[in-house]
Amino acid sequence: MRYAETGFNLEVDLTRGSFERVTTDARHTEQFLGGLGTNARLMWDRVGPEVEPFSPDNLLVFGTGLLTGSPAPATNRTIVSAISPQTKLFAFSMMGGFFGAELKHAGFDKVVVRGKAPELVYLWIDDGKVEIRDAKHFRGLGTLETAELIRRELGDSMVQVASIGLAGENRVFFASIEQGRSSASRQGLGAIMGDKNLKAIAVRGRQDLNVARPAEFMGYCNDALKYIELREKNPIPGVMPIVAGLGSPQEMRVHDEQWHTENFVWGNARHRRKGFWTKEIHEKWTGTMEHMRTRLLSCHNCPLKCGAAISVDTRICSYMMKCFSKLTYTMGAMSDLDFGLKIAQKATEHGVDAFSAPQTMAFAIELYEAGILTDADFPGWPKEPEGRFYWLLDHIVRREGIGDVLADGTYGAAERIGKGAMAFAHNNIKRHEQLPLKLGMLNPIYFLMYSTGEKINITQIEGNFPQTPFATRAEREAFVKEWEHVPDERFKQWFLDWELRGEKSIPNYPTVEATCEIVHWQEMMHYIDDSVGVCAGLSSFPLKPPYHIHNWPRIISAGSGLTLDEESLKHTTRRIRTLVRALNIRRGMRRKDDKPPDDHWKNRFPELEKKLLDAYYEFKGWNSDGVPTRETLHELDLDFVADEFVQKGILKAEEAAA
Amino acid sequence: MNLSNGRTIKTIRIDVAKCNGCRACEVICASFHAKPRYSSTNPARSRIRVIRDQVADIYLPVYAGKYTAAECAGRDKYVIDGREYDECAFCRASCPSRDIFKEPDSDLPLKCDMCESDPTVKEPWCVQWCLAEALVFEERQVAEDKAPALDDVDIGLTALANTHGWPKVLDAVGRMGGTEKKG
Ligand code: SF4
Ligand code: SF4
Ligand code: SF4
Repeated sequence: MRYAETGFNLEVDLTRGSFERVTTDARHTEQFLGGLGTNARLMWDRVGPEVEPFSPDNLLVFGTGLLTGSPAPATNRTIVSAISPQTKLFAFSMMGGFFGAELKHAGFDKVVVRGKAPELVYLWIDDGKVEIRDAKHFRGLGTLETAELIRRELGDSMVQVASIGLAGENRVFFASIEQGRSSASRQGLGAIMGDKNLKAIAVRGRQDLNVARPAEFMGYCNDALKYIELREKNPIPGVMPIVAGLGSPQEMRVHDEQWHTENFVWGNARHRRKGFWTKEIHEKWTGTMEHMRTRLLSCHNCPLKCGAAISVDTRICSYMMKCFSKLTYTMGAMSDLDFGLKIAQKATEHGVDAFSAPQTMAFAIELYEAGILTDADFPGWPKEPEGRFYWLLDHIVRREGIGDVLADGTYGAAERIGKGAMAFAHNNIKRHEQLPLKLGMLNPIYFLMYSTGEKINITQIEGNFPQTPFATRAEREAFVKEWEHVPDERFKQWFLDWELRGEKSIPNYPTVEATCEIVHWQEMMHYIDDSVGVCAGLSSFPLKPPYHIHNWPRIISAGSGLTLDEESLKHTTRRIRTLVRALNIRRGMRRKDDKPPDDHWKNRFPELEKKLLDAYYEFKGWNSDGVPTRETLHELDLDFVADEFVQKGILKAEEAAA
Repeated sequence: MNLSNGRTIKTIRIDVAKCNGCRACEVICASFHAKPRYSSTNPARSRIRVIRDQVADIYLPVYAGKYTAAECAGRDKYVIDGREYDECAFCRASCPSRDIFKEPDSDLPLKCDMCESDPTVKEPWCVQWCLAEALVFEERQVAEDKAPALDDVDIGLTALANTHGWPKVLDAVGRMGGTEKKG
């Protein structure tokens, strides 16, 4: 008997219109857990480096985590993977909401989609029964709209739907896959779905999901809930409200946006607006939010409420929103919250990523202002920035005129436009748009995270270690007092000694050695989450979360029946992380690609940065070009990777033999 | 009022405005009632279901009540604060017209038992897991129900007789009298 997982994947070949229920290899669960880990293994085996993003051979994988759907709070993630059209690398985007649990109850751990349907279709997974259905009548419709029509067509209001909008259908490089209050937004997975002519996946399940050691597991679930309750009542003192609690940033309920609006940058990630947050703005924006937000919304089995139903027209819920998408359109267009919440409704229906889309639109406006693009590129566009954003959104999702160029994202568009446009695509890592944030002094921890995080998104690697030092020793001492989350006591010392100014401050402190450990720890927690299927908001993302490296082994073990202790979980996670690295190395990624946006910090330290990267690669068991060594691969039972690296000349035979 | 020989009514107060639609209540109810306890979860086996309609902003926790053999002939549609609820939304019945409140394999009806168990739980599990406090447990004492006054019955029976005629009513009373059971 398999516990926590179903032991079955649904393999769908859209070219042939066929599907198959496949028993998965239990050893893969032992070695890669589930979610991201087993997605990566599948991709390694089946999607070679020659496979282009828009090839029928690219796989689109909807993989639930090992514990997804279990009673452990917030285990609700579906990890969507494919080769990204934008980065051409292995992409994984974590989708919350209700899809994952439903898929498990329908009898599958993953849906693995290959091929390309001749016409637009959707997949209907009804409790183990599968049907590929015509979706031509949904062409061009919005993501939520489609979901609703599918529920009606199937006559079942409890069906969960993940769908794409116009952006995905038209293969916009930053198209998202939307699923009610959640989405898989980053890295253009919606475009892969559109390329496969797959409008949506609808799922409904009524099957049991088993737990290996029931009473023990439930004990841990209750502990987690009690801790969450306690932690919600006791926000961490001395930090910004946005990072004081649990969950993803509580954008839907926090009204004070001084930190984001004054420290993050506006427009095409350019303008810092010190003093923006006045009393009038505070009142106006609070009014906007209170007026438009009709309800706070949770994901499956999670007591946090990071999402919200937003009403921008006569409907009580026009769409659902979460997180920082509250501000990205507002800040991109240099406008206000009322505009941001309204355009986000259209953007959500079209299905675009709320980081990349506004950034790309602001980039277009900048190119116009710089004379690189001209009136001829924007026939009939309005004068004011808000109108221009609507115009741009519409043209991008339809890939019409200049919209077709911009639909490739800032990097791709700059390549196509030429004329110096690349200087305006300044906020990318590995061709992927980043948070609009520009800072002064290089922070060594963030330098490594930005450079090497293969989710290519800072929020998916940062988390458990405070972002900045606390001002006083007394505050730091208070903070480390109840900090059982750290792997060992050294981490507390590093934090205690970390000062805002002087010798023990950034960029030279934490030391190179400590920085490697801190980054590794934070990344490890994300990889555990993405494989277990828990929301980062209750584990790797916030300070002092309910789940951590010391309780995960017993929770995962009681749920899944795997034999795990702290050491073996760390080892397993390292295996998963290394395999993700290997996938991208096989696709050509190297040290040259491991860098933050050039202008992320004003003050850079090339020598220190080199030292950091050298030390971190060594710490990870990678060679100086960022390639995992034979020794590392062997230690992690990834000899099959090493063999292929040697065969392809990625590792030299003698290097491999060493 | 003397309530010494009254009984305890267990109530769960449902504040639909506070529901965030997380479905934790479903997860824990199904898990608590699994055999062996907590060995599996499956919302289809839960005795509370959250009736949801995201685009209408409807999140309505409903508890499983009595089994009914036949669906209602006439139905009502409620519109509250601009939200139009489905015809059967508020109904607690395990009913042939819909697939909630039935064991998925056997179709046997499910009914909320207030988590009755040995040892007794301090509060029903769905309430404990609803940190949003959309579900609040309340106990109160009420006096024992009095037998209905005879003339009420008179009125009822007369009404029935008016519609169906005495022979039919008497026949029905005769048949049902012997099968009456408590609960
Ligand atoms: S913490 Fe927030 S985003 Fe995460 S599962 Fe809970 S409600 Fe969803
Ligand atoms: S646990 Fe509470 S908030 Fe969550 S769905 Fe149930 S009633 Fe709603
Ligand atoms: S009170 Fe107990 S039996 Fe009834 S719905 Fe809640 S958890 Fe289920």
